[in-house]
Amino acid sequence: MNNTLSAKERMGIARVVMPQLPADVRSRNFEEVNRGLSENQAFTEAQRCLQCKNRPCVAGCPVGVSIPEFIKALAAEDLPRSAQILRNDNALPAVCGRVCPQETQCEALCIRGVKGEAVAIGYLERYVADWAQQHPEQQLKETAATATGKTVVVVGSGPAGLTAAGELARLGHAVTIFEALHDTGGVLRYGIPEFRLPKDIIDREVALLSELGVGIECNVIIGRTLTIAELRSQFDAVFIANGAGLPAMLNIPGENLKGVYAANEFLTRVNLMEAGRTDNSATPVIRRSEVAVIGGGNTAIDCVRTARRLGAERAMLVYRRGETEMPARREEVTHAREEGVEFIMLTAPTEVLGTEDGWVSGLRCRKMELGEPDDSGRRSPRAIAGSDFDLSAGVIIDAVGTSANPLLTASAPDLSLSTRGNILINTGGETSIPGVFAGGDIVRGGATVILAMGDGKRTAAAIDAYLKRA
Amino acid sequence: MFNVISNEIIAENLHKMVVSAPRIAHARKPGQFVMVRLDQGEERIPLTISDADSAAGTITLFIQAVGASTRNIVATPAGGFIRDVAGPLGKGTRIINWGRVVCIGGGVGTAVLFPMVKALAEAGNQVTTIIGGRSGNFILLAAELTPLSDTFLVTTEDGSLGTKGFVTAPLADILADPARIPRAVFAVGPVPMMKAVAEMTRPQGIETIVSLNPIMIDGTGMCGGCRVQIGAETKFACVDGPEFDAHQVDFDGLSDRLTSYHTEEAGMHAAAECKIGRNVSV
Repeated sequence: MNNTLSAKERMGIARVVMPQLPADVRSRNFEEVNRGLSENQAFTEAQRCLQCKNRPCVAGCPVGVSIPEFIKALAAEDLPRSAQILRNDNALPAVCGRVCPQETQCEALCIRGVKGEAVAIGYLERYVADWAQQHPEQQLKETAATATGKTVVVVGSGPAGLTAAGELARLGHAVTIFEALHDTGGVLRYGIPEFRLPKDIIDREVALLSELGVGIECNVIIGRTLTIAELRSQFDAVFIANGAGLPAMLNIPGENLKGVYAANEFLTRVNLMEAGRTDNSATPVIRRSEVAVIGGGNTAIDCVRTARRLGAERAMLVYRRGETEMPARREEVTHAREEGVEFIMLTAPTEVLGTEDGWVSGLRCRKMELGEPDDSGRRSPRAIAGSDFDLSAGVIIDAVGTSANPLLTASAPDLSLSTRGNILINTGGETSIPGVFAGGDIVRGGATVILAMGDGKRTAAAIDAYLKRA
Repeated sequence: MFNVISNEIIAENLHKMVVSAPRIAHARKPGQFVMVRLDQGEERIPLTISDADSAAGTITLFIQAVGASTRNIVATPAGGFIRDVAGPLGKGTRIINWGRVVCIGGGVGTAVLFPMVKALAEAGNQVTTIIGGRSGNFILLAAELTPLSDTFLVTTEDGSLGTKGFVTAPLADILADPARIPRAVFAVGPVPMMKAVAEMTRPQGIETIVSLNPIMIDGTGMCGGCRVQIGAETKFACVDGPEFDAHQVDFDGLSDRLTSYHTEEAGMHAAAECKIGRNVSV
């Protein structure tokens, strides 16, 4: 490798293009769309990093990955070292390299993006993390932490829980994770489709935690099977990371017709239960040639691309604002468009239409126009009078967000909640119950994987400090 | 993995299974259910906890084999394992001393009713229990319910046990008799039965509670598949129920949503039969 490139030479390298499955192939299967960089691509892309002294990219990372350092090791073709740096900062690098919105985080702050294109930090992270998963024998040995004798229980095995568990185990605490579903990963498994995040990536990340000594027990629903009070009495500290919960509906007429799904149900059927994907799944899913998904976030995009893969000829995304206002990642929007998804923008549904025998037949919609910016800074949609029209659809999927799940919180009356039912925490991540911490979507409402992981990492440090005080 | 302690056939396609699940046995309250997934690739299905023995760490499930998933579950012998049992889920039954109550069970709904009757009796209620089924073979738990009930009545459609007819007939008699009018009615069974009971008690405004059985996936409120219309509101049966005020329930909507997967299930059923056929012929 050439470590003697001048800044000018580095500046001359064009940003790598991620190899992808062709759209006409992938829109009919669940294979991962992004294929990952080749070794040569990764080494070359790593040369584009200018190794800025003030590391602006790191400030954009919710878990503070040592970005210039892992890229420097990669540019030096020292993969074991690069993987070690990454792993020290990020419990789930193979996940983050795939699903993080780098374009609004680390890459948005990359100095190379000022006049040109940012270093492809996410692609490089994925490359190094995948290499590490594929070459366990070449991993640099971590020095096992001395056991502290303290026990921590983590509620939920989603991104916040897995991250916190990894951090705490590395600090020598004995960690147990309780997961309510029958499999690990939380939203990573039931929510994010395999064409974005293959399940074996999650399996391997979870296996690494097990190797660290983290105990994971599925089918334990905190608030039902065991209470927070029971956990508090059996463990030295508790971290609640049970995720978002109840799906929000639009509350328009016809939402209980057959063929109307909340995004979580549709995705859970297909992702967690493998409905419509293997002959071996006993769980069914309703497939129709016309599917309309309502919403503009990543979940909506996941649903509409999944519907397309299940055979929808018209897979439509219906969103009340415009495409530039969509919270979904740009890359996912582009992929969806390439796969033949129809974008029906500035359109708000007013009623789900049905047949006499109770099946969905379509969606009554109203055209919108953008007015003044609202609290979120986005221009708020206004209905255009007399613009109603009907879309034909056999399946409607509501992907308009979630509200807090009350199962756990209802069983712990001394846990302070916001008016929306989310758990309130102090700056150290601790709840109103001493020794009980919380993070991720149960605190934030619906957010992203990486913000949940940031919570997991920060709170793990706070729990460690708490245990040292205790 | 959850150990199957016993598995008895108590009627055609109806099994009583006792499963080791110590934490659930300890935590459960009458009216709650578990989500069960037999193995990889199988469905998650909700099953009411009919009884539990906290000391032995076991729960009792009555399972009607109506589809591929339930057939596979009941095929698990004592000593076998169920991969996933999660719970207890749902809100428990509100148990108070109403005074006089009527409890009505139809078919396998009686298994759901049983823990309610037991808890109501223990709370000092004067319980009239009415159990219905297609024939005498489908009358569940008569021996267990009789000692808990002040009055125990049976109806069968073919008249092979008890009075010929439906559970609604003895209920009509009770509602017409001022001396026997109940303060509350609990009904669990097929949707048409629960709807009929609700319509009978509505004119007199008798509090009526039904336990609903919509399609569920996770059972923890995450997916929203089990939504039911209760008055003007959409509720999730798994977290807001499964018991609701019968006079507020949209039974027609519930009935209709229960047919959502009939086409898909018929396809799977045919595929399963095919495989069975192949095995036999080889």
